[in-house]
Amino acid sequence: MDFFTVANLSYLIAAALFIFGLKRLQSPATARSGNVMAAVGMAIAIIVTLLETDFANWQMILVGGIIGALIGSISARAVAMTAMPQMVGIFNGFGGGASALVAISEFLRLLGPEHVMTNDSGVSIVLGTLIGGVTFSGSMIAFAKLQNLMTGAPVTWPLQKSVNSLLLLAVIGLGTYLVFFDQANLTVFLVIIGLALVLGVTSVIPIGGADMPVVISLLNSYSGLAAAAAGFVVDNRVLIIAGSLVGASGLILTNIMCVGMNRSLANVLFGAVGTADVVAGSVGAGEHAGTVQSVDAEGAAMTLAYANSVIFVPGYGMAVAQAQHAVRELADVLKDRGVDVKYAIHPVAGRMPGHMNVLLAEANVPYDELYDMDDINHAFKTTTVAVVIGANDVVNPAARHDTTSPLYGMPILNVDEAERIIVLKRSMRAGFAGVENELFFHPKTMMLFGDAKESVQKMVTEAKTA
Amino acid sequence: MPEALLNNLYIFVLAMFTGFEVITKVPPLLHTPLMSGSNAISGISVVGALIITAEVAGASDLILVLGVVAVAMGMINVAGGFLVTDRMLEMFKKKPAAGGEQ
Repeated sequence: MDFFTVANLSYLIAAALFIFGLKRLQSPATARSGNVMAAVGMAIAIIVTLLETDFANWQMILVGGIIGALIGSISARAVAMTAMPQMVGIFNGFGGGASALVAISEFLRLLGPEHVMTNDSGVSIVLGTLIGGVTFSGSMIAFAKLQNLMTGAPVTWPLQKSVNSLLLLAVIGLGTYLVFFDQANLTVFLVIIGLALVLGVTSVIPIGGADMPVVISLLNSYSGLAAAAAGFVVDNRVLIIAGSLVGASGLILTNIMCVGMNRSLANVLFGAVGTADVVAGSVGAGEHAGTVQSVDAEGAAMTLAYANSVIFVPGYGMAVAQAQHAVRELADVLKDRGVDVKYAIHPVAGRMPGHMNVLLAEANVPYDELYDMDDINHAFKTTTVAVVIGANDVVNPAARHDTTSPLYGMPILNVDEAERIIVLKRSMRAGFAGVENELFFHPKTMMLFGDAKESVQKMVTEAKTA
Repeated sequence: MPEALLNNLYIFVLAMFTGFEVITKVPPLLHTPLMSGSNAISGISVVGALIITAEVAGASDLILVLGVVAVAMGMINVAGGFLVTDRMLEMFKKKPAAGGEQ
């Protein structure tokens, strides 16, 4: 059996391990070993590639690989769990960038005198450069937004949609010209690279922070497709298979997010929820359409301590305030008093799919107390108190009936059906999407103003002695 | 259409279908680890980077540099991705049973 055969069989094993690994993510019991399986598959693929090729400059490659591995592992270890969305985003960007560089390098290689670019390899090269480039720059912008290095609000300008479409068409047009008519044209290729990078930036910059879960998911898909394109470029099957798995996975998750918001993908990418006119339509900071009842930590704690059942509704605000540990402590105190405690997780709460689940898991909340929207929405009407912590749009009843609201049609958590509602919020300022929340003015609602972590900690103290 | 391309297209389409089928059953609870785990797998581009750097025909210093950078970037994706996913999954605990198993 020659080495080529061995290598390809090993790639097949690696692909099988990826598939089994992803499959094992279906349950928390098998998920961790599934991740290990996928990692083993990756190791096999890398090692076999190292063995199969003769490297003239293996020292440089080794150094590059080790530096990358160190940067990756150290940042993965050091980073706080709340920075998860942006870490996944930036790692993703690097993967997409690597795929783009593969396509670019192949183009440069084919520029040499004896080498000719065929039409199919040309198409793969252009696609790999486009998708990889968009993934790279788009992920960097997503990282900057989530890390608060730049504004999380949508950044828009006139004719933005048209400009983005034009950029895309330009790349396709130039790419077609390059591949079918003028294959050695380095200038055109450089323009294509530039346009791809710009397109990545301009596509992600108009997305508001609240829509980030969708964008991260989509970029994840793109990086997979970029890897698949790179697979076509270098004619490598494991790249194509792994890339397609990731591409498909990202597309499914993106679709789930969009369904969860009842908005089409086009609307998310181009709808720029939370633009200036919406904020102006709602009243400004400090004033509001109606009065709210406010409560202090002691009063809130009392209500909770004597409740039969409580549902916590976490949102991004809880992540920002780092309140998840305090929330779990409060839940423990309540459970000791015989109160039934559950957590309601909306599909797009937070900044990443499943964001809230990870935060609460970090706080040692047993995962069988976490319920998806569909599983818990009927339970609100028999619940004594719903506690909203840092969630906003996902509990806004306007989504049900207000056709002028940008949230209209989005499935929400039926918090307003609970007997009583307590909302923890910093102040009355409008949230990320800039949309006023009529839940706050509901007669059943009590607002607990202040930093979520401090408020919850006070409630813990009060509830113990209530 | 050349046979190699045709084969690759077959593989691509079949792999996409497999991806769809495997992912739809992941519960929302595990969506973040799924994102992170599939992101780690997309680091497979490091294999492409290794191949392109090794290619002797038509090689140049520029290609070598780009290739090494691509290898580094790909390894960041791979190492970081799998470790972050493992960190997340480590935290998912079930309520301990009355006997106190954990």
